[in-house]
Amino acid sequence: MKFLSGLGDRLREGLRRSQEYLAGGLGAVLETDRPIDDALLEELEELLIAADLGAALAADFTNRAREEVMFGTVTRAGQLRPLFRRFLVDMLSPAAQPLNLDHRPAVVLLLGVNGSGKTTTAAKLASSLKGSGKRVLLAAADTFRAAAIEQLKRWGERIDVEVIRQAAGSDPGAVVFDAVKAATARALDVLIVDTAGRLHTKTNLMDELVKLRRVIERQLPGAPHETLMVLDAPTGQNGFAQARVFHEAIALTGVCLTKLDGTAKGGIVVRIVRELKVPVKLIGLGERVEDLQTFDPQAFVDALVGEA
Amino acid sequence: MLDSLSTRLQAIFDKLGGRGRLSEENIQEALREVRVALLEADVNFKVVRAFVDRVRTRAVGQDVLVSLTPAQQVVKVVHGELVELLGGSGHRLAMASHPPTVIMLMGLQGSGKTTTAAKLARLYTKQGQHPLLAAADTQRPAAMEQLRTLGAQVGVPVTGAPGQTPLEICRAAREEAAARGLTPLILDTAGRLHIDEALLGELQAIRREVAPHHVLLVVDAMTGQDAVTVADRFNQAVGIDAVILTKLDGDSRGGAALSVRHVTGRPIAFVGVGEKTDALEPFHPDRLASRILGMGDVLSLVEKAQAVVDQTKAEELARKLREDSFSLEDFREQLKQLRQMGPLDQILGMLPFGKMLKGAPKDLDGESAELGRFDAIIGSMTPGERRNPEVINGSRRQRIARGSGTSVQDVNRLLKQYAQLRKVMKQFKGMEGKLPRLKNLPGFPTPRG
Ligand SMILES: Nc1nc2c(ncn2[C@@H]2O[C@H](COP(=O)(O)OP(=O)(O)OP(=O)(O)O)[C@@H](O)[C@H]2O)c(=O)[nH]1
Ligand SMILES: [Mg+2]
Repeated sequence: MKFLSGLGDRLREGLRRSQEYLAGGLGAVLETDRPIDDALLEELEELLIAADLGAALAADFTNRAREEVMFGTVTRAGQLRPLFRRFLVDMLSPAAQPLNLDHRPAVVLLLGVNGSGKTTTAAKLASSLKGSGKRVLLAAADTFRAAAIEQLKRWGERIDVEVIRQAAGSDPGAVVFDAVKAATARALDVLIVDTAGRLHTKTNLMDELVKLRRVIERQLPGAPHETLMVLDAPTGQNGFAQARVFHEAIALTGVCLTKLDGTAKGGIVVRIVRELKVPVKLIGLGERVEDLQTFDPQAFVDALVGEA
Repeated sequence: MLDSLSTRLQAIFDKLGGRGRLSEENIQEALREVRVALLEADVNFKVVRAFVDRVRTRAVGQDVLVSLTPAQQVVKVVHGELVELLGGSGHRLAMASHPPTVIMLMGLQGSGKTTTAAKLARLYTKQGQHPLLAAADTQRPAAMEQLRTLGAQVGVPVTGAPGQTPLEICRAAREEAAARGLTPLILDTAGRLHIDEALLGELQAIRREVAPHHVLLVVDAMTGQDAVTVADRFNQAVGIDAVILTKLDGDSRGGAALSVRHVTGRPIAFVGVGEKTDALEPFHPDRLASRILGMGDVLSLVEKAQAVVDQTKAEELARKLREDSFSLEDFREQLKQLRQMGPLDQILGMLPFGKMLKGAPKDLDGESAELGRFDAIIGSMTPGERRNPEVINGSRRQRIARGSGTSVQDVNRLLKQYAQLRKVMKQFKGMEGKLPRLKNLPGFPTPRG
């Protein structure tokens, strides 16, 4: 994807910080010439668990490693790291997909639980698209949370992108309707819709989201072209439940993994990719507009298991 | 989750055939299940390791109580240990002898600080206090407006203006609170990463100069393994006095709470259970322990159930369940009672099998139409069909759908949910010994003996 800068040093720097914790431990387990025994495999398993891959997935990887050991393809602890890297990269490679924005207007719907980073991601995405020469519009469809509209409006001013909005408490469907109309009439390139945070367990809020989607679809057949769940990296196993329920309700086209600039690895996306086949389209590495990147499985895995 | 921990443990002990005393060998496998359950609940793996060791020492050699199976005995020990580690309930934030009492909130971005600040303010207002809110999040766009809006909603003044530093805002707020006789003063700070030295320095400065009596870490209940790192860093850098766990109204198991407790040793003061400003509750370690173990927040549910359930009806229902004669008529009664207990999505979220009833009416405002449909469908059945739904074949389904003005799909969905509920209730029979208070819950069998 050209509009986003490639995986630059910023990403590596961000990932490296988070790497200190896990990779340090993984290095200690793997770098030694200690024999591969149950204790070592157990430590390995725990290191994957520490990255939020989940107990089942970690056990699965560890068992595969155990098999390789049994077959004699792996004899030293130091060989396990490349092995794990290969497992993970193979699994994640199909998940690196570009945004589908070949429509005019292309509509991007952002959704997710409270506080995951939707509004910031909307602004970051708008800014980077604008930087690549696209004509962008934002829609403030979070009419519920206090000052959410104001938040997006401020971002709009900062990045010089217009924000379609109504009064607080108004119908988000109406906001989206206006926004699609405006984007279509002006033949803009991309419309980015910021929605209210909602827990996937709230049926009425999920229905509202489905309705929102329908409003867009009716007005512009084929839209939304991207329906992205914004998930923050510190999220544990519940992230999978979130993805599953949102996916069932509204058919996700991808995940945007935010807050990777902390120490959390976001390993739950491995499970999301594997079991739901939902790709990871964007990652967030900070609060500034330039902190949005495309997903690079290699770099992501490096942060999980350490660089080669 | 249907295969709750106790069911899985039951299977293990059935296999082992162990009874009488818990030995090292026969709890080994059980503890592996406990480990997985805790990891699935996002308890940090190091904390899990320490915990499992502790439970092993406690459990080995224990006699299995006559009233319990070995599986239940292990769950009892595990649950008890969890409750103990999670700490006492209802930790109160003491009021300072010289007002204002100052409470500072801190945490990662998006953890819920601003909403929590407003919830705390509301809580203290209800207790007759006159709080002041300070908007010291100068980072996130419109964070100050957010607090101001919420402050207006709960009728609490908000101080702090853009252009000042967070430290200046907090310092001025303290003076203002003292001058106006407002207490407690609640400081809402910007979200920050636990590895952001510069921003941690800002919190240290506030701690030093404004001297809050209570520094609270706000932690999202959905946090995974990283919770230990976050809590540890904030604790080292700033110091934590107590913890608030937010977003517990979802279906996360909340194991991060145990991790945070483990690394900081600090109590959990409150839990957040919704977006509205009244959704703040005191912390109940026993409930969270059940939830972490995948047993659902059964006690909260029992409490709610006790408030609405007609005792004789409940006993009647329990009898029917035992005799496996739970009919569609009873199902209809159940749905009615569940609805009286509050928003159904909350209720179902508390149950280990909440997900099973997906598609059932879960919300009073949003889905009352669905309940109406269910009511109509059952109403269009013959008494025989209600007692014995197995006879409802294709043509009967069509007739019922026509009669109730619904579709065959609606009828199918209802029958499926009814079947699921029966299945779930059978599972619950396995838990009766362990959870005696369940007898007060509609649809749960009364324990014998
Ligand atoms: N460190 C870091 N912070 C981020 C990132 N993305 C967003 N944030 C911060 O997380 C906080 C919440 O972000 P928002 O964009 O308001 O989240 P939201 O999902 O829109 O929140 P609600 O609308 O309240 O549900 C803000 O303080 C953001 O600055 C990221 O990649 N890294
Ligand atoms: Mg938002």
